[in-house]
Amino acid sequence: MLGLSAKDTRFLLIVIFLTLATPLLLQPFPEGSAMAQFNAGYPDLMQKFAIYGIFAIGFNILFGLTGYLSFGHAAFLGVGSYTVVWMYKLLGYNVLPGLVLAIIISALFALLIGFISLRRSGIYFSILTLAFAQMSYNLAYSVLTPITNGETGLQVYGNDPQILVGANSPTSPHLFGLVMRDSVQLDVGGWLFTFNIGYYFCAVIAILAFYLSLRIFRSPFGMMLRAIKTNQTRMNYTGLNTRPYTLAAFVISGMYAGLAGGLLASMDPLAGAERMQWTASGEVVLMTILGGAGTLMGPVLGAGFIKYFENIFSKINDNVLHAWFAVLPDGLENAVVAMIHPFVGKGWHLTLGILFMLVVIFLPGGLVEGGQRIARLFNRKKKSKGPGTGAGGHKPKPAPHVAE
Amino acid sequence: MDAILLQVLNGLDKGSAYALIALGLTLIFGTLGVVNFAHGALFMIGAFCAVTMQRFLGMSFEEIDPTRTDFLGNPLKVQVPYVESWFGPEIGGAIVDWSVPLAIVLAIPVMIVLGFVMERGLIKHFYKRPHADQILVTFGLAIVLQEVIKYFFGANPIQTGAPDAFAGSFDFGAMLGFDPNVIIYPYWRMVYFLFSLIIIAGVFSFLRFTTFGMVVRAGMADRETVGLLGIDIDRRFTIMFGLAAAVAGLAGVMYTPILAPNYHMGMDFLVLSFVVVVVGGMGSLPGAVLAGFMLGILQSFASMNEVKEIIPGIDQVIIYLVAIIILLTRPRGLMGRKGVMED
Repeated sequence: MLGLSAKDTRFLLIVIFLTLATPLLLQPFPEGSAMAQFNAGYPDLMQKFAIYGIFAIGFNILFGLTGYLSFGHAAFLGVGSYTVVWMYKLLGYNVLPGLVLAIIISALFALLIGFISLRRSGIYFSILTLAFAQMSYNLAYSVLTPITNGETGLQVYGNDPQILVGANSPTSPHLFGLVMRDSVQLDVGGWLFTFNIGYYFCAVIAILAFYLSLRIFRSPFGMMLRAIKTNQTRMNYTGLNTRPYTLAAFVISGMYAGLAGGLLASMDPLAGAERMQWTASGEVVLMTILGGAGTLMGPVLGAGFIKYFENIFSKINDNVLHAWFAVLPDGLENAVVAMIHPFVGKGWHLTLGILFMLVVIFLPGGLVEGGQRIARLFNRKKKSKGPGTGAGGHKPKPAPHVAE
Repeated sequence: MDAILLQVLNGLDKGSAYALIALGLTLIFGTLGVVNFAHGALFMIGAFCAVTMQRFLGMSFEEIDPTRTDFLGNPLKVQVPYVESWFGPEIGGAIVDWSVPLAIVLAIPVMIVLGFVMERGLIKHFYKRPHADQILVTFGLAIVLQEVIKYFFGANPIQTGAPDAFAGSFDFGAMLGFDPNVIIYPYWRMVYFLFSLIIIAGVFSFLRFTTFGMVVRAGMADRETVGLLGIDIDRRFTIMFGLAAAVAGLAGVMYTPILAPNYHMGMDFLVLSFVVVVVGGMGSLPGAVLAGFMLGILQSFASMNEVKEIIPGIDQVIIYLVAIIILLTRPRGLMGRKGVMED
């Protein structure tokens, strides 16, 4: 179906199901119960899952397939956001023109940066992309203030032209009248499910983005990108110019980033320069590695994982901890709370840093590899009498992440 | 002429910091072949050594001063640092005042031990892994170090003053025969520049004129052969890592009066120091120092109003712009060695 093998079709269907059922699946605990704060089924967070999922999928097309580690992808995120907000200001709150333009402009931007940066590889490429992103960030804060509105951030004001706005158009981002922030709430015996239009809009785009990346992974083009990652020198020796392929991958991933940035501004009509800072570029690198670079599902998992931790772990404060450990004797309770305290709430970055280090040290393939190892463990137990168990020993050496 | 001199001077202190951090980065890269993203965090921890020293020396108890009264007429309670009560107000006061330079004594052992622990505990296991893995794991380590510091010292910048003797500025121009009051330069920045020159000279002469340094240089050129000659090169490289950490830490200690330390100052400097290293040429120590000073001075030139009028915004991007141009025209950076990180 859709040009996919039966296995991939099944995979895609599972992904579609999981994406569409997210509001149900992420709300496993009834409202008001002690575990309710682990629920992630509220619109704001679910939108972030989908948007950063798109961002990471796009980044993975560059990093996972070609091995070029870009430290400047946040620039495209910022460009996408600014474009969409400008379209709000000029045309009106319909998100469609903004998103289309965001993809086009970030593609042009990526073409320019990629054309220059891809002349080098390895760490030099990383530094070049970092330099471009930091330049965009610094300029957005200083000289480009007429376009970006500097530190205040770009937003829509009452005296903006908005030429397409009619008398009864919605006054927040919408798609032909479907207002992004509207939700339908469903109360089923204590469970409260929120079906948000904005989330479903992002989700549909995310599924399309995922399908596209699946096709790229399976295409001859994707094969070529993998070949570049494995041994670029050999590709050059066979008489093939690799630059157009890497540039295409760079532009595609830039377009994904621009789309994600545009969606961020579609959910919340604001754009600030901090979206372009190098820490934001670092975040998408973390997501991709944490989930598993070069795998289809990994980046999405990583994005969900980090955003979940950011929103849920940072909400756990001392009162919550005391409530959890109230069963323990008082002295022990205080000791346990004091021990956990640095890792939650405002200190969740510490947990993230430690987790990230552990993943890089022990699971270079990310969460996906972790899942595969567990699965293999179970399979081995099942097939322990079968003849095929020794076949795992003859594997090609895994390719390095960065083209060197 | 005096305007140019002023910008050169203004660039020197930032350039010194870049040069010192980049020197350590290059040292680690040249010896161990590891790209250390946690190096900015080491700089930051050095700065917080100065904060710790200041707090430690400033620890005080409350004493009733019978000679003075507060506004209600009661005897005044004053905070007296322990140091002052032990050594008398004269010497004790001077010790408290000089807490930043004294922090060097604390920073050197702390940084060397931290460097050893980092190298033996973590980085050792990453020699054979790709550079991307090294970048990522040290990046994670930087986040962890940064958060630990934030946990103990809070998120706000902490003012840490220079000793009173160096607190003011002096008229540098008048000393050289220019018009007075044109080139005013803070004493501490001069101190920092001289300090960094001493450190740089120390590192270079250590590598140049000692047997240990000779072995390390040999190891940088050909690790395997040195190992085959029966020298435990790994141990010496670990010591070099400790040394690089100490250089970054000292750069941080002395920088505190110029910039109040906060927990993310390391990351801010790291990005620029990496640009400096790459511009200077991966693996070249003189290149790192040269590029550090060059970019620091260029940055201060670009922030002149006359320049900004011609090219608006140039002060924000000059470093990156120079980096891009150099990387595209000189593939190995300014003084890069052949065969290091080649494509």
